[in-house]
Amino acid sequence: MKTIVRLTLVEAVRRRILWAFLGLTVVIALLTAWGFSVLIDSAQRHGVNDVQIEVGVSQILILLAFMFSFVLAMSAAFLGAPSISSEVESGVLLAVLARPLRRSELILGRWLGLAIIVVAYTAVAGVFELGVTKLVTDYLPPQPVPAVAYLAGQAIVLLTISVLLSTRLPGIAAGAICVVLFGLSWMAGVIGGIAAALNLPEVASLANGARYLLPLDGLWKGTVFSLEPPSIALLGQLVGGRGGQAVSANPFFATSGPAPAYLLYVALWVAAVLGLAIFSFRRREI
Amino acid sequence: MTDATAIETRELAKRYKETIALAGLTMTVPRGEVFGFLGPNGAGKTTAVKLLLGLARPTGGQGVVLGAPLGDLAARRRIGYLPELFRYQSWLRAREVLAAHCELAGVPSDRWAGQISSVLELVGLTDRAGDRVGSFSKGMQQRLGIAVALLGDPEVVFLDEPTSALDPVGRADVRALIHHLREHGVTVFLNSHLLGEVERVCDRVAIVDRGRVIVEGRIDELLGSRSVRIRVTEFDGKAEASLGRFGPLTIEGDWLTIRPVEAESVPDIVATIVAGGGRVHAVEPGRATLEDRFLALLQIEEALEAAKS
Repeated sequence: MKTIVRLTLVEAVRRRILWAFLGLTVVIALLTAWGFSVLIDSAQRHGVNDVQIEVGVSQILILLAFMFSFVLAMSAAFLGAPSISSEVESGVLLAVLARPLRRSELILGRWLGLAIIVVAYTAVAGVFELGVTKLVTDYLPPQPVPAVAYLAGQAIVLLTISVLLSTRLPGIAAGAICVVLFGLSWMAGVIGGIAAALNLPEVASLANGARYLLPLDGLWKGTVFSLEPPSIALLGQLVGGRGGQAVSANPFFATSGPAPAYLLYVALWVAAVLGLAIFSFRRREI
Repeated sequence: MTDATAIETRELAKRYKETIALAGLTMTVPRGEVFGFLGPNGAGKTTAVKLLLGLARPTGGQGVVLGAPLGDLAARRRIGYLPELFRYQSWLRAREVLAAHCELAGVPSDRWAGQISSVLELVGLTDRAGDRVGSFSKGMQQRLGIAVALLGDPEVVFLDEPTSALDPVGRADVRALIHHLREHGVTVFLNSHLLGEVERVCDRVAIVDRGRVIVEGRIDELLGSRSVRIRVTEFDGKAEASLGRFGPLTIEGDWLTIRPVEAESVPDIVATIVAGGGRVHAVEPGRATLEDRFLALLQIEEALEAAKS
């Protein structure tokens, strides 16, 4: 398995995937710095107070995180989608699997190598973005590390499902399905919140089921909660009742982070899907 | 199966839904021999190799490679494989591909450098060891594939169409390499369409058609008897009778054919004709080629199939 992990990492470096990621991150961080400096300058000139500026910065940061979560999820999906199928199609795996290597080791090695890339990229990009924001606006979210970790978690979830699909489907088909699943999961989160606010239990439970089928929405809410200033979360809790539920339906707002039980569920989900990927690939004829 | 057997299969079969890829393969490959596995396109040759390596699961029958069931992990340490349609990671250097396969094959790390240099030299790629595989021609990729198959001192090497992308020089190199492997006691399972190549390097062949072995044996036995054709003029019937001791004689115009004949008798036959006053214009020693036998066997098979249906 160690060989497969190493080969996956070398491939990412040699094929300039990592460099492309890092280059884009630097560009985004510079644009963020410029955008924040212009906005704060303008707000201060118009007499906006510091608390309002902090709320504004946190909301923009959440929007940036949303964009970033999309980029990360797509990157993870398109790294994972061809990870097995392209090597089956090209014949690279014929010589590899004739060696004393278990198919489970191949799947776990590929997954682990790609997960290291995704997590490392998320960490570097997160530090860049939050560092630039702190430097320009003096705002640091209350929980920067969990915020980045939840983003990485979303990418891992999508990476895992893309590896599973890659054991059976061509890369393009697996990647396209991942994009659709990502969109559906995000929509399920929004619809579930709205259904709860409008007291539509059937729709809410259906949406909730979809949220558990691909557990992205809960992790996204964790990112949002970690990036908000405490005053915003407190406001949401104070509103309460139907109004509070309506506020919760907003995908860019969260009154609490994910429960430990939910995080455990996500970990088990990842393990189960990986197990399914191994089962699927063991049965595949090369 | 005995220790002298490298590969043995009994009614090994593979079916993909309605398609029968291998109908029931029964064969024995002795250790240390070069075994040619021949057949027309779609006969099930590559499927058979994949089953023997554990890359595909049989739907019937059984097989043993190096005394272990098909796909056995420990046995795979002692097996080398050059696939028919393959590619290596284009972003790796040749030396890195070989190092990765040393690691996968479980070769101790202190032996990697020696093994890599040795196989690179055997396939003539020493000068290109540091180049990216993506820059290699098809022939060079095939040479690299052969080098990969030879890592880890395998006891059995499966070569699936090893010369398909090679020029005549490359083919001669592969022939020399196969001889080298045989000299070192390695069993070579050679899957090839190039019957001339097979005839030159194999000790034993199996011809497979529609997923079944239709004939298997030593190549000398398969090719059958030798003959000689001689164009003679001014040769009378009395003298012709004197040739009977060399073998059955047929005459067609100026051409005399003796079949079967001992190869060593040919100079004596010519001397007898000349002594009898005959004028020799041409001497053509002959033998059925593997291609002749291959085509004849396939025709027989087709005729039998037609008769059955």
